[in-house]
Amino acid sequence: MSETAVDDAPAPIPASPKVGPTPRIVTEVPSAVDRRFNAVTMGAGISVLVLLLLVGGFLLIQSSDAISQTGILRFLTRTEWRTDVQPPAIGVFGLLTGTVLVALVAVFFAVPLSVFCALAITEYSTARRRKWLIGVVDLLAAVPSLLFGLWGFLFLSDKMVPISRWLSDNLGFIPFFHTEQNASLTGSIFIAGVVVALMVLPIITSVTREVFSQTPAGEKEAALALGGTRWGMIRAVVLPYGRGGIIGGSMLGLGRALGETIAVALLLPQVPQRIGDSIHILQNGGATVSGFIANRAGADSFTVSGLMAAGLVLFIITLATNMVASVVVSKSRSGAGVDL
Amino acid sequence: MSETTVTPPTSPQRAAPSRPGPVRRARRPREFTNFDVVVLVGSLISALCFNWLIFYRLTAGASLFGFLLCSYLSFLALFAVVTADRLGRLVATDRVMTVVVVSAAAIVFVPLVLLIGYILVQGLKALRPNFFVNDQQGITPVLPSTAGGASHAIVGSIEQVGLALLWSLPLALAAAVFLNESRSKWRRPVRIFVDAMSGLPSIVAGLFIFATLILPFAKSGNPLFGYNGFMASLALAITMLPTITRTVDVVLRLVPDGLREASLALGASRARTVFSVVFPTARTGMTTAVVLGIARAVGETAPLLFTAFGYDLMNANPFSGSQESLPLFVYRNIRKPDISAIERGFAGALVLLLLVVALFALARFIGRDRSKRRGAPKGGGAAVQTNPDDPFNSPTSDALAPAGALAMNPHIQEPMTP
Repeated sequence: MSETAVDDAPAPIPASPKVGPTPRIVTEVPSAVDRRFNAVTMGAGISVLVLLLLVGGFLLIQSSDAISQTGILRFLTRTEWRTDVQPPAIGVFGLLTGTVLVALVAVFFAVPLSVFCALAITEYSTARRRKWLIGVVDLLAAVPSLLFGLWGFLFLSDKMVPISRWLSDNLGFIPFFHTEQNASLTGSIFIAGVVVALMVLPIITSVTREVFSQTPAGEKEAALALGGTRWGMIRAVVLPYGRGGIIGGSMLGLGRALGETIAVALLLPQVPQRIGDSIHILQNGGATVSGFIANRAGADSFTVSGLMAAGLVLFIITLATNMVASVVVSKSRSGAGVDL
Repeated sequence: MSETTVTPPTSPQRAAPSRPGPVRRARRPREFTNFDVVVLVGSLISALCFNWLIFYRLTAGASLFGFLLCSYLSFLALFAVVTADRLGRLVATDRVMTVVVVSAAAIVFVPLVLLIGYILVQGLKALRPNFFVNDQQGITPVLPSTAGGASHAIVGSIEQVGLALLWSLPLALAAAVFLNESRSKWRRPVRIFVDAMSGLPSIVAGLFIFATLILPFAKSGNPLFGYNGFMASLALAITMLPTITRTVDVVLRLVPDGLREASLALGASRARTVFSVVFPTARTGMTTAVVLGIARAVGETAPLLFTAFGYDLMNANPFSGSQESLPLFVYRNIRKPDISAIERGFAGALVLLLLVVALFALARFIGRDRSKRRGAPKGGGAAVQTNPDDPFNSPTSDALAPAGALAMNPHIQEPMTP
């Protein structure tokens, strides 16, 4: 039956070579319709790939004007953005620090809340309540960024001022929470971060929820059967199992937070600030790449070229974050999810 | 054998009940008696009273937020101490974490309710029937906010999103089919790129269209390559494409392989299988995906800033001249200094919110679980037969689907808690 048996016994057969049972090669010969169908779907798939490369490529071409005039190193490390002087001094560093700070504040608030929320959905809810919770989180995801920005800008900003005041009064000795005398506390990176946290919460929640829900039931039952409490079971089984998902989900949220545009454009003054001796996240000020771009729509061609360069930097950073996130998520579960 | 049956009466274990002392009763770990409720409520009340005393009687009073935060923390501490005293440290940790998890889930409601309530209250001030009929013709800052309307923005939104759907839907469907139904080695890179693309900042999509199609043709004077609704639709299509592709991808993955194999075994071609078996099976899920994509695109503002640009008057032709859309109308108005413009912006925000919530409800309605009403024992039926050995059939990358997509899908069965 096996091929080796045929190979090992060549002697008796050669008399009539067509007698021996030769294995039929199983192939699929696609029909003409199928060939066309495959070509079309493949074309669509590849075109998505090409589209993303095009986005990066065109941004690179268009930004070459600004980058060549300022020099790539100067562009990446300079804080101020001035097109009124000759030669124009533009740099993306001030924007990048603002972007990263907003995203970090957002993730700081969103991750614990999301993990607890995901636990509440997968481990603590009855089927009916679970549906409700998922609905609420999804609705939070469906609300457009613009409305979050509007709400944060005109409602939440004022409500947050006492909290910022309290933080700076009592924890001001930490350089992070320090504010200058008589500084306005609205329009701060802190407030923008809180609003962005609400926007990334659904994405982190949905990733962690998915991972938690795939925890092998056998392991969970084993933990409970050994006399563990529910929290003991979660700590011993669910959280270790979902660790990769939590990390990946947080990074995915970080990527979202880095690219968040309209809400941040409304909330922050969008003037790149020198971040020297201390970082004032609690007081008015700060700019992010995407918000800065949004506020400059319709500018002259050199500024636009600079914006393209800033957009390219943002594009690369978010792309890298998202790639790492998807790798972490996929690696973690394929490795851990098979033994039961 | 016989000895063991005889011995029990004399064994010390069996003799134990006769000894005086408390009867040890088996305790269920999750037992939650009336007394536990009393402890919970009691800790809450005493924490609130304690903090009220400190915050509003003994000191000059701090913010409400501080009061609530401190009350919550002291409630947790009290609850932990009392439970630990009654039932031990292990149970106390469990109970406290239950409270923390449940309250974290409850906190998510707060911003949502505040946001919807605020926009509802502010938006109703300026929302009148003429909002849907008039544009901003002849509107000056001295006029009240109820004057004028956003019909031009609504028309623009419909045209832009409609065109965007026209460009992105065929491509997204074909790409999703490619990811699921083909056996090409390019599936993995495409999947990774689709995932990456869904994280693409939407402003970059607008900037891309601006850089490739508007800026190079700026001097040509061709209205097709200027600020217009068509360009906006292209930018929106780029943002919609990954959303729809990934959601449809997830839905197609849930179509049982048995159905495909049955169709192929009957001699149908792969194309015929997709059109006659896979698509009809996944129809509701795909509709849900499209509705969600629309809901996402309707609220997008950032890509429009560089493409549609915004305009105060009606421009029904999406192929020529800058055009308004609902998000742009809101964004431009709330940045104006006069109160009436801000109120008009809020009216637009309310319309946008209602539209998004309506689309959201529609998606849920389409994707609802129909099998339940017929009394079928299983959920959607489709998720049951996924093959765990097939990496593309296991729900591995479901987690990366856009938030909301999975929950919308009735075929995904939520695992039961033990």
